[in-house]
Amino acid sequence: MISLENVHKAFGSKEILRGVDLNVARGESCVIIGGSGTGKSVTLKCILGLITPDQGTIKVGGEDITATGDRDAFLARFGMLFQGAALFDSLPVWQNVAFRLLRGSLKRPKAEAREIAIEKLRRVGLGPDVADLFPAELSGGMQKRVGLARAIAADPEIIFFDEPTTGLDPIMAGVINELIREIVVEMGATAVTITHDMTSVRAIADKVAMLHRGKIRWFGPVAEMDSADDPYLKQFITGSAEGPIETLR
Amino acid sequence: MTAILTRPLAALGAAVLAALASVGRVALFALSAFRHIITPPFYGREFLHSLMTVGYLSLPVVGLTAIFTGGALALQIYAGGSRFSAEQVVPQIVALGVVRELGPVMVGLMMAARVTSSIAAEIATMKVTEQIDALVTLSTDPMKYLTAPRVFAGLVTVPLLVAVGDTIGVFGGWFVSTQSLGFNPATYLKNTVDFLEASDIISSLVKGAAFGVIATLMGCYFGMNSGRGAQGVGRATKSSVVAAAVLILAANFLLTQAFFST
Repeated sequence: MISLENVHKAFGSKEILRGVDLNVARGESCVIIGGSGTGKSVTLKCILGLITPDQGTIKVGGEDITATGDRDAFLARFGMLFQGAALFDSLPVWQNVAFRLLRGSLKRPKAEAREIAIEKLRRVGLGPDVADLFPAELSGGMQKRVGLARAIAADPEIIFFDEPTTGLDPIMAGVINELIREIVVEMGATAVTITHDMTSVRAIADKVAMLHRGKIRWFGPVAEMDSADDPYLKQFITGSAEGPIETLR
Repeated sequence: MTAILTRPLAALGAAVLAALASVGRVALFALSAFRHIITPPFYGREFLHSLMTVGYLSLPVVGLTAIFTGGALALQIYAGGSRFSAEQVVPQIVALGVVRELGPVMVGLMMAARVTSSIAAEIATMKVTEQIDALVTLSTDPMKYLTAPRVFAGLVTVPLLVAVGDTIGVFGGWFVSTQSLGFNPATYLKNTVDFLEASDIISSLVKGAAFGVIATLMGCYFGMNSGRGAQGVGRATKSSVVAAAVLILAANFLLTQAFFST
């Protein structure tokens, strides 16, 4: 469904991606792990076309993303939950959720869009009373849920989750992980999640890819992650300060 | 030895190249903004919201600035004119000064202070909190959704604000002149109306349109190109206001020269 071949990206003299190769099958949930600054977010943004890679090929559904003529239709296949939820402050919750349904090629009548938004809010555990609030009136966990509702509002084929549990308490993180897993299975969507949170990895992933120094260091099923003998992966999943991954102290 | 001589030249060259590159980027940004104004889809709700924030909500500050400026100008011209017994020209000079220069410039600078800063801070915060990226993933072009409605609102509403500012500025001069300088109210107004020509008013409105575009464009440009974090937002806001104020004054000079140099 999603394939990256030898993807490179540098910002000035700083090389972020140094030849990423990754394949995510249709309906699969792939979690990309790795330390801060290893290029996880840049990888997602390259797939979405928010950042243009310097080199390499990215295909979605077998189609090269640089060759897609209708960008609107291409992006309509995706939903994304941003790290800080990235809700629009000036719009009430329901309009955030129904943003794509109120404009562009997927435009619906306002009443119908609101109905869908309320249904999606219900799916992420929020009542209709939240619909008319503004994002600033919600807690961090509620904002994440609204972000999740927005990501699934137009029933996308592919959903990206950028650090879905960052900044949440462990219980709320567990709730969000569970929701993501349920929704991905229920919708049959292809999911790519980036996180440092190993609890998320175990809850969400079918496959795990570890990104280190701009390359995929390890890729395999989540069930094989703990028994893998890659020292980098081992250090990351055990959270040890000792090991081949350099740490600043 | 050669290095000592060439280093300052290299630094100067690099600064000139960087400045030219910035001019190029702003010009391309402006062209893109205008292209998005005239091509669909159009975001009517965003445009109406911008009309309110750029235009209607700026009326109080424009009115207050204009009335005090017009009043002070009348006092200055009366005091200056009395040195060579020309006190009677107060209505004409106030009208000319306010309509041709002070009205549009004061409104332009108020726009830079009030509108440019608020647009830059809002868009920069949206960039820092990934709301701009979110717009793109939701198949919405940020140039079309954020920049085009604001710049179009600046183009449409600032000339109207200048017209209001000019009227209130002239009224400020009339009020001071009739209340404390002993002018006859009806004669003052007649002198003002008789003296002003269509070209004075047209130049004032054209300046307003240009300043409206500059003020909104600079807010959008610096907001969209903001750096990271709170410091990035602060720097974008500051740079947008400075750039807008300088460009407004420079454009004022060029437009005055185009309209009135013989």
